[in-house]
Amino acid sequence: MELADVPAILILIGLIAYAILAGADFGAPIWAVTARGETSEKIKDSGHRSMAPVWEANHVWLIFVLVICWTAYPEVFGAIFSTLWIPLLLACLGIILRAVGYVAGGVSGRPAIRYMAAASSILVPFALGTVIGAIVEGDVPPGNAQGDLFGSWLAPVPITIGLLFVALSAYLATVYLAADADRRGENDLAEDFRARGLLSGVATGLMAAIGLLVLHAESREFFDAMLVSGDRGHEVGRLFVYGSAIAGTATLWLLGTRRYPPARFAAAAAAACVIAGWGIAQQPELLPGLTIREAAASNEVIIGLLIAVGLGILLLIPSLTLLYGLVLGGRFDPLDVPPAEGGAAARGLGPVRRRAALAVLAVAALGGAMLFLSDSGVTLYVGLALFVAAVASGVVLLARTLVVPAGD
Amino acid sequence: MLDLVAAAGEFVFGPGNSFPDVNQDYLLEARQMQAMSFAMHIPLVCFGIAFPSLVIFMEWLGLRTGKAHFSAIARRWSKVMITLFAAGVVTGTLLSFELGMLWPGFMSAFGDVFGLAFGLEGFSFFIEAIFISIYVYSWDRISPQRHILTGIPVIVTGITGSMMVIAVNAWMNNPSGFSIDQAGEVVDVKPFEALFANGHLWPQLTHMYFAAYIVVGFTIAGIYAYSWVRGRRGDYFRTAMVVPLAVACLAAPGQLLIGDWAARTVADDQPIKLASFEGLYKTTKGAPETILGWYEPDGEIEYGIEIPKLLSLLAYHDPDATVQGLETVPEEDRPPINIVRIAFQTMVGIGTGLAALSAWFLFVWFRRRKLPDTRWFYRAVMLAGPAAVVALIAGWVTTEVGRQPWVVYGVMRTEQAVTGADGIVVGFAALFAVYVVLIATVFWVLRKIARQPLPPEIAAMETGEVTDGTG
Repeated sequence: MELADVPAILILIGLIAYAILAGADFGAPIWAVTARGETSEKIKDSGHRSMAPVWEANHVWLIFVLVICWTAYPEVFGAIFSTLWIPLLLACLGIILRAVGYVAGGVSGRPAIRYMAAASSILVPFALGTVIGAIVEGDVPPGNAQGDLFGSWLAPVPITIGLLFVALSAYLATVYLAADADRRGENDLAEDFRARGLLSGVATGLMAAIGLLVLHAESREFFDAMLVSGDRGHEVGRLFVYGSAIAGTATLWLLGTRRYPPARFAAAAAAACVIAGWGIAQQPELLPGLTIREAAASNEVIIGLLIAVGLGILLLIPSLTLLYGLVLGGRFDPLDVPPAEGGAAARGLGPVRRRAALAVLAVAALGGAMLFLSDSGVTLYVGLALFVAAVASGVVLLARTLVVPAGD
Repeated sequence: MLDLVAAAGEFVFGPGNSFPDVNQDYLLEARQMQAMSFAMHIPLVCFGIAFPSLVIFMEWLGLRTGKAHFSAIARRWSKVMITLFAAGVVTGTLLSFELGMLWPGFMSAFGDVFGLAFGLEGFSFFIEAIFISIYVYSWDRISPQRHILTGIPVIVTGITGSMMVIAVNAWMNNPSGFSIDQAGEVVDVKPFEALFANGHLWPQLTHMYFAAYIVVGFTIAGIYAYSWVRGRRGDYFRTAMVVPLAVACLAAPGQLLIGDWAARTVADDQPIKLASFEGLYKTTKGAPETILGWYEPDGEIEYGIEIPKLLSLLAYHDPDATVQGLETVPEEDRPPINIVRIAFQTMVGIGTGLAALSAWFLFVWFRRRKLPDTRWFYRAVMLAGPAAVVALIAGWVTTEVGRQPWVVYGVMRTEQAVTGADGIVVGFAALFAVYVVLIATVFWVLRKIARQPLPPEIAAMETGEVTDGTG
C-alpha cells in the first residue's frame, strides 16, 4: 500500500458509514407509506422519531466522501461529477426533499409529505447506486463530461446496483426500527418490523444474487476481479463478499430469534461488506485508463489532508459516541413525566457598571482606530482583535441592561 | 503600466493561460444556477454562525436569573435553529455536488489546492450537526448546566466551519500556494500556505461574521417588533426583541469599519474589481466617488452624483492616491460593470441605513434609558431584517461577479472551469422547483412553531391574568 491509496480507504469508510447510517433514513419512509392495519400509525411515526436526532449527522458522511475525493483525486472527482451529473443531481434533489420530510414531519404527519419522503427515499439510493454501477462498468472516462450522459448510468449493471441499494436501505431500516421499538418496549411494533425485516432481508439477498448474475453477463472483468482473480489484493476483497453473505444470513437468524441489538450490527456489517468488496475490486483502475495512484494529488497534499482528518477524527469519535450513546440509550425517547426545573439557585444579573461600559467603549475606539489606520501587520490584527472583543462584550453589556425592564 | 497589469494578477503564475476552453453554450445558466444555490444557502449560514450564540445567551440569562421567559424563548428558538440548520445541511450538500457538476474543470485542476479547507469544514459541520441535535433534543433530559455546555461546540464549529469556506473563497480572490508548469499543470501545491497565509482571509471572514450577526439580529428582532407594534409588550416579547436588537445595533455600525478594511484589501490586490465596484474607467489620481447612475460602455457614468476625491480617500485613505481604472485591462478581462456596481452600492446603501437605524436606537437608549416610543422605529426594524438579507446577497454578488471573468483570479477563467455536459438548463429548472418546495416548507414549519401556544405561566404573565387557577 502507498500513501496515494490511503484516501481511497477513507472514501470507502465514509461510503460505508453513509450507507449503514443514512441508508436507514431512506428506508424508513418506504415502510411509512406501505403500512396498513393496527400498528400503521405507530409505523408512520417511528421512523421519524428514531431518525430525527441523527439524520443530519448521518448526511455529513456524504460530504466527507466528496471532500476527500476532490482533494486527493481531483481529476476523478471532476470526471465522475461531470459525466454522471444527472443521477448525482437527482440524488441531491432527493436528499433535499427527504430533509423537507424531516423538517415537516416533526410537526405534521401529512400524507403528501410522507409520499414525497418515500419517493425521495427510493430516488436517492437508486441514483447513488447507478453512479457506482457506472464506475463499475468503466463508463466514466477521465476528463470533463467525456462519457455518455444517459448510457453511462442507464444500463443493466447500474440499474441493478441502484435497485440493490434501495432494497438494502429498506432492509436496514426494518432492523434498526425493530431494535428501537423493542428498546421502547413496543412489542407489537417490533414484531411488525421483524416480519418486514425477514421478508426484505430475503429479497435483498436475492437482489444481491441477481446483481452478481448481471455483473457476470455485462461486466465480466469486474466480476472476475471480485470473485475469481488470484490477485492478492482482490483476494482480500473476496473475503468481504463472503463476509456479506455470512453477515446477511446471521441477521436473518438474529431477527428470527428476536435478538435485536446484535441484529442491528449484523445488518450493518452485511451492508458494509458489500461496499468494501466493491471498493477493493475497483482497483487498480478507478476510471478507464486512470489508476488510483496516477489520479492522486501530491504527497504534500495527501499528508495535509490526513493530518486534518486525523485531528477531525479525534474530535469526531467522542462526539459521535455521545450522540449515539444518548440515542441508543433511549435518552431522547418521549418523557413520561417532565422533570422539574432543577439546578443551582439563580444569582440574578446585577447592574452593569458605568466603568465597564466606558472601558469597552475605549477598547472599541482604540481597536477601531488601529484597524482603520494600518494597512497590514501586527497593528492591524491587534486592532481587529481589540475591536471584535469590544463589540462582543458591548453586546453582552447592552443586552444585560436591555433585558431588565424599567422599574425592575 | 506593466506593473499595474501584473498587479491585476494576470501573469503572476507563469506562461499565461494554459487551461483548455470548454464548449458550453449555457455558461451563464450554470453561473445563475450556482448563484441561486448560494443565495439560498448563505442566509441559512448566517443563522448557523450567529443564531446558536443568541439562543445560548438566552438560556444563560434564564439560568442566571431563574426567570421563566428567558428559557421559554431559548426553547422556542432552538426549534427554529434546528429547522434552519436542516435546510442549511441539504442546501450545503447541494453546493458541494455543484462544485463537481457545474465546475469540473476548476475542481480537476485545483481540488487538491483548497480541498484541505473543505476537509476541516466537513469535520466542523459534523461536530455542529451532532451537538445541535444533542442540544435541541436533550432539553429536560440532562441537567441545565450540562445542557448549556452542549451548545458551546455548536457556536465554535459554526465559526470554524464557515471560516474554512471563506478561506477557499479568499484563495479564489487572491490565489497562491501553487505554480503552473510549462505543460499547464498545477504543481508544487502548498495547501496550508494557499489557505491560511492569505491576506484576504481575515477581512472577508470578519466582514461575513458581522453580516451574519446583522442579518440574524435584525431578522429576529423584526419578527418581535411586529408583535410590539401589535401591542404584545410583556417580558417575553420584549426580551425576544431587545436581545437580537442589541446584537444587530452594535454589529451594524461596526460593519462600516470592517467593510472599509475589506474594500482596502480589494483595492490592494484586485484593482480591477475595485474599479468595477466604482465604474472607474480611467486610471485617476484623486479619483471621485460616484453614487447611483449607470455605467455606459464608453466608460462614463450617466446620471451619477460625483463626490470629488472620495474614492481615493476611501480606498487608500489618501485623497490624492491613484486608483487604477478599467482601461488597464482588455475588455474581456473586465466583469459586467453595472451588475457589480449596483450590487456594491446596494450593499453599502443598506449597510449605512442599518447603521443609522442602530445609531437611533443607541442614542435613545443612552440618553433616555428607554426604547424608542414611535412606531416608525419598530416598522423600520421589521424592514431591517429583509433589507439585511438583501445587503448580504448584494455583497456576495459584488465579490463573486466582481471576480469575473475569473474563477481563480487572474489564473483560470470561468469558461475554462465549467462542465462540458448538456442539459444544465433542465437541472437548473429542477433545482428551482425543489427549492420552492423547500422554502415553502421551511416557512410553513416556522409559522407552526410561532403559533404553538406559550407555556401557561408565560402566557399568563403576558396577558396579566392571575395564575392561581381560580380566575
